Amino acid sequence: MITLQVSRYRPGQDAEPVFQDYEVPLRSDWAVLDGLAHIKDHLDGTLSFRWSCRMGICGSCGMTVNGEPRLTCGTFLTDYGEGPIRVEPLRGFPVIRDLVVDIDDVLAKLAHVKPWLIREGEELPLTAEYTQTPAQLEAYKQYSMCINCMLCYSACPVYALEPDFLGPAAIALAQRYNLDSRDQGDRFDLLATDEGVWGCTFVGECTSACPKHVDPAEAIQRYKLTAALTSVRNLLPWGRS
Amino acid sequence: MIFDVLIVGGGGAGLRAAIAVVEADPGLKVAIVSKVYPMRSHTVSAEGGAAGVIGEGDTLDEHAYDTISGGDWLCDQDAVEAFVAEAPRELIRLEHWGCPWSREPDGRVAVRPFGGMKRMRTWFAADKTGFHLLHTLFQTSLRHQEIQRYDEWYATRLIVDDGRVHGVVAMDIRTGAIEALAARTVILATGGCGRAFPFTTNAAIKTGDGMSLAYRAGVPLKDMEFVQYHPTGLPFTGILITEAARAEGGWLINKDGYRYLQDYDLGVPTPTPKLRSMELGPRDRLSQAYVREVERGRTAETPYGQVVYLDLRHLGEARIEARIPFVRELCRSYQNLDPVTDLIPVRPVVHYMMGGVHTDIDGATPIRGLYAAGETACVSINGANRLGSNSLPECLVFGARAGAAAAREAREAPAAGERAVRAQGADERRRLEHERDRRDGGAERIADIREQMQETLEEAAGIYRTRDALDKAANRIAELRERAAAARLDDHSTAFNTEMVAALELSSMLDVAETIVACALNREESRGAHQRSDFPARDDGRFLAHSLAYRGADGGPRVELLPVTITRWPPGERVYGR
Ligand SMILES: Cc1cc2nc3c(=O)[nH]c(=O)nc-3n(C[C@H](O)[C@H](O)[C@H](O)COP(=O)(O)OP(=O)(O)OC[C@H]3O[C@@H](n4cnc5c(N)ncnc54)[C@H](O)[C@@H]3O)c2cc1C
Ligand code: SF4
Ligand code: FES
Repeated sequence: MITLQVSRYRPGQDAEPVFQDYEVPLRSDWAVLDGLAHIKDHLDGTLSFRWSCRMGICGSCGMTVNGEPRLTCGTFLTDYGEGPIRVEPLRGFPVIRDLVVDIDDVLAKLAHVKPWLIREGEELPLTAEYTQTPAQLEAYKQYSMCINCMLCYSACPVYALEPDFLGPAAIALAQRYNLDSRDQGDRFDLLATDEGVWGCTFVGECTSACPKHVDPAEAIQRYKLTAALTSVRNLLPWGRS
Repeated sequence: MIFDVLIVGGGGAGLRAAIAVVEADPGLKVAIVSKVYPMRSHTVSAEGGAAGVIGEGDTLDEHAYDTISGGDWLCDQDAVEAFVAEAPRELIRLEHWGCPWSREPDGRVAVRPFGGMKRMRTWFAADKTGFHLLHTLFQTSLRHQEIQRYDEWYATRLIVDDGRVHGVVAMDIRTGAIEALAARTVILATGGCGRAFPFTTNAAIKTGDGMSLAYRAGVPLKDMEFVQYHPTGLPFTGILITEAARAEGGWLINKDGYRYLQDYDLGVPTPTPKLRSMELGPRDRLSQAYVREVERGRTAETPYGQVVYLDLRHLGEARIEARIPFVRELCRSYQNLDPVTDLIPVRPVVHYMMGGVHTDIDGATPIRGLYAAGETACVSINGANRLGSNSLPECLVFGARAGAAAAREAREAPAAGERAVRAQGADERRRLEHERDRRDGGAERIADIREQMQETLEEAAGIYRTRDALDKAANRIAELRERAAAARLDDHSTAFNTEMVAALELSSMLDVAETIVACALNREESRGAHQRSDFPARDDGRFLAHSLAYRGADGGPRVELLPVTITRWPPGERVYGR
């Protein structure tokens, strides 16, 4: 058996979050999420948390495990020795209930960066694809792997202090489209701002936290360079605009 | 506020439908109600690919024939013809929206082989096809700000009056508020129901809610006895190892290292994969072969049941990394092994529901204004056994069709019946509040009943079935339903009450379970994924027909038959590897 110390917060009942201990079986193939499911199914039906795919792809199950942002479906009980294991909601977000946080702010940011193909002119007919070589695909592929799990926001010290900061996943998402050979936008007005890439002080916590190797820190640094060059070009008389 | 089109479900089918509505008429009021954020929907888990004819030498007729023979002639052939014709366009549309399809060196979209398909026609985005497809659809939908979203709202009831739908009642999971949402048309796109079984690849949300919503409103559920077992799930977690692993050249071997499929009329082993042969046979036949191997004592024993092995070692690290990196990631993270050097233990796992809400070729159900699309619907193109990589394009093709049809109808449909919306909304609110508050008395938990239901289904309605076992299961499920009504809820609060959600999901799954068993009992033959040990042969004389399960006056299911539509391919023998 291993002890899970789970943060509980029930609006209207708890003035602030409190920890509650539960003993769950310590099995080698159980993830922290399996432990939580065991609690919910057999010990205490009132515990609330989000999950769905339990294979690291839907992005629902992010929580703070022993102080670090983790996908609980891919974090194993046995990684924590004898325990106890502390399970808290993702930091940096308002808590709705127990381990469930409010992510609407980040969702709005994702939508804000225009995460769709920007193209001018006529769309190709539905009989032909845009060609894209494997190398062109490789250029943005990594940034397309984001599962919106929000771990990077939870790890980001800038987002914690500056809620207007666009943040790692949204900037990586913008770069996913900027670097796509089929896309004709640059999302300059959205990214080259104090809330955009210039807000980032390059701590790199986002990249360490990311379970999908998206490397948002690199996306931000690369865009800073692009933005700097573009700004310079825009200032010159022969530049664009 | 009255929506023109209200879509329940934000997966592949639901999002495609929503975009189709705004494309048809941006002036229409459209909303998506989804119990999880759309990009969390189960479509995200799909790995292998999406079929659509583009390659040279391939034809629509061949895709149709593979689908129909794969479905053991239970597919409606008019629907299959429409499906294969529209699938390529839908996949190209996704390309135009930015989907990162894997490419040939010259920049064209690449295709791979897949089980039961005679040609290479499966488009893929490495082995995260569903993930990329869903995120592309979701991100494209963000462009259309007119699509209103109710994220983390749970639909509990269809509002139906006088043979026409007028909206849905849904609960805001975050606050517990229960509201009637009025709509001229409703599209159900709620996905499958694999969670009714104990061992499944399906995500937690796949509880058959849409099927149950339609069934309770009087729409029949079609072909519910056809439950697909995928031959290669990881023991314990049930995580899927995609068929793409076999398409890339993986072998299935038993505990003696023998490629056992050669003993089951699936062809002879070749070093490189041969289409429609051996490891690339259809899923029903492969899962059945596993059961025979267990009976012959040629499988290996593990704490999580008997397993065979998937061998990818001969593919080498480079190919595994390039074509199926997620398989490696999953094996490493969840099974603590590396397919580059180790055998992967696998066993059949419940994966997909061929059956679902009875619809026509536009997704329309017998209730006016009510549509269904995606895994929750049964059009039917999948017949008695779906071919891998047909269901993502099914979500796109029939999601788009249902969206377009609903948009058309919404312009003519009368305004939602206000009285019905108010009355049924109030009625449902009372019922749900009662559910949430009561239930202290009973001794049993939701989870206990759920587990018993799952075991019951697995025992009786697994890969092989008999009358005796099914009869017992029918009684048992009826009993479980009574117990579920009296079961205990620990949580009576309103904010994010996931136990309440679990109770609602359990009652959906009990509806599904009941219709699976009733249809399986009624079908006294073996066809595709439905194998009756007591009726081992296909019987076209009696059963070249769909099962339609109606909710009877006593609350239990009543099964009728509806002839299959045959256009150009008369029933024949299913031949693989010969
Ligand atoms: C592991 C795995 C791999 C697969 N791989 C492939 C593949 O390679 N190729 C292929 O073609 N197919 C594959 N499939 C099958 C395919 O992924 C699914 O059939 C398909 O994605 C279903 O999509 P959908 O839109 O119908 O439903 P889903 O994506 O499941 O979406 C259902 C939606 O309905 C919502 N919902 C459900 N109930 C309610 C309710 N009561 N109230 C409100 N909202 C509700 C959910 O929130 C969700 O948004 C795979 C399936 C699995 C399990
Ligand atoms: S960038 Fe990584 S950590 Fe951030 S949301 Fe995406 S997947 Fe999660
Ligand atoms: S449950 Fe889907 S990422 Fe963990």
